[in-house]
Amino acid sequence: MQLDIQIKRFNPEQDREPQWREYTVTLEPTDRVLDALHAVKWHHDGSLAFRRSCAHGICGSDGMMINGRNRLACKVLIKDLRQPIMVEPMRGFPVVKDLIVDMAGFFDKYRSVRPYLISDEAPPRTERLQSPAERERYEDTTKCILCGACTTSCPSFWANSAYVGPAAIVQAHRFIFDSRDQGRAERSAILNQASGVWRCRTIFNCTDACPRGINVTKAIGEVKKLLVKAATRPPHPPPTRD
Amino acid sequence: MNLSSSYASPKPAGGLELWSWVFMRISGLLLLGLALGHLVLMHLIHNVDEISYAFVATRYAGWFWRTYDLLMLILAMLHGMNGARILIDDYVHPVRWRRLALGVLYVGCGGLLALGAGVALFFQPVSH
Ligand code: SF4
Ligand code: FES
Repeated sequence: MQLDIQIKRFNPEQDREPQWREYTVTLEPTDRVLDALHAVKWHHDGSLAFRRSCAHGICGSDGMMINGRNRLACKVLIKDLRQPIMVEPMRGFPVVKDLIVDMAGFFDKYRSVRPYLISDEAPPRTERLQSPAERERYEDTTKCILCGACTTSCPSFWANSAYVGPAAIVQAHRFIFDSRDQGRAERSAILNQASGVWRCRTIFNCTDACPRGINVTKAIGEVKKLLVKAATRPPHPPPTRD
Repeated sequence: MNLSSSYASPKPAGGLELWSWVFMRISGLLLLGLALGHLVLMHLIHNVDEISYAFVATRYAGWFWRTYDLLMLILAMLHGMNGARILIDDYVHPVRWRRLALGVLYVGCGGLLALGAGVALFFQPVSH
């Protein structure tokens, strides 16, 4: 089939403003938007820049705005989209070139929530055991591939880029609710700042955007409730660590 | 705000934003009941054109309606003001403009609150 695709192009060495360009390519309806981008790059304009790696929804490198919604280009079939297909970079990050955005700030925020197991216990001889129920508690947020679709779909983040963003909160949630982890207090302090979870206005764009189907807004809500619980509980001595 | 600077000294739990979030939820629920009660009483049971000075004077003879109105006033003003504060925080970035907007907001809301509270607390019917 003939397919019309419009891409928001930006070359920092030539353009002042991004501009839309239209291409017509021949593809199957069951091909994906990523195939359309390949067709453009390989047969029409080799200067088109975009990221992709796995091409199978695993690496999270081809997040972009497709017909107004954040999606992975490798997971959206052409037959499911209205034509012309409009493809633009994710909003809220600086555009490096065409569909490539600068994600340095995104990963800074990711690191700020300490997305790794924090435990002062001596490593056991075997695994740190956990019951199936304890594992289930944070199952949803383990699925994140750090594509950035949620954070860049969030109007609160667009309005104020100091907001730590849904993706970082999802990553924090994954450890906060892990029974083996002891870093809850540190992460809570970071997420309790004005730029933390309280900037979430429950808009649900993140949940719509997530290509992994994570209930992002729910996870943020769980962190909020946890912080409120911690603040309303009568004070008790902090856990001793040695 | 520099997020990484918080590594060294985690702040204690609580804080303005946390309590603001809790307040918005509780006041929202209470206001739903209070405002619906107000609506039913003042617009369905009594028609607007029945409401006169005498009507208000009888209503304010006891403390029940004064308290009801005062509670609704305080919750609604604070709820609305906090919502506007959050909007300003989100969208007004230049520091001076933000301060100005917040100043206007606080003074305006404070004035309205004082005016309304004055009536609910100190209203004395004048007979004529
Ligand atoms: S939560 Fe979903 S949308 Fe957000 S970064 Fe992770 S995988 Fe992407
Ligand atoms: S290319 Fe890896 S997720 Fe799409």
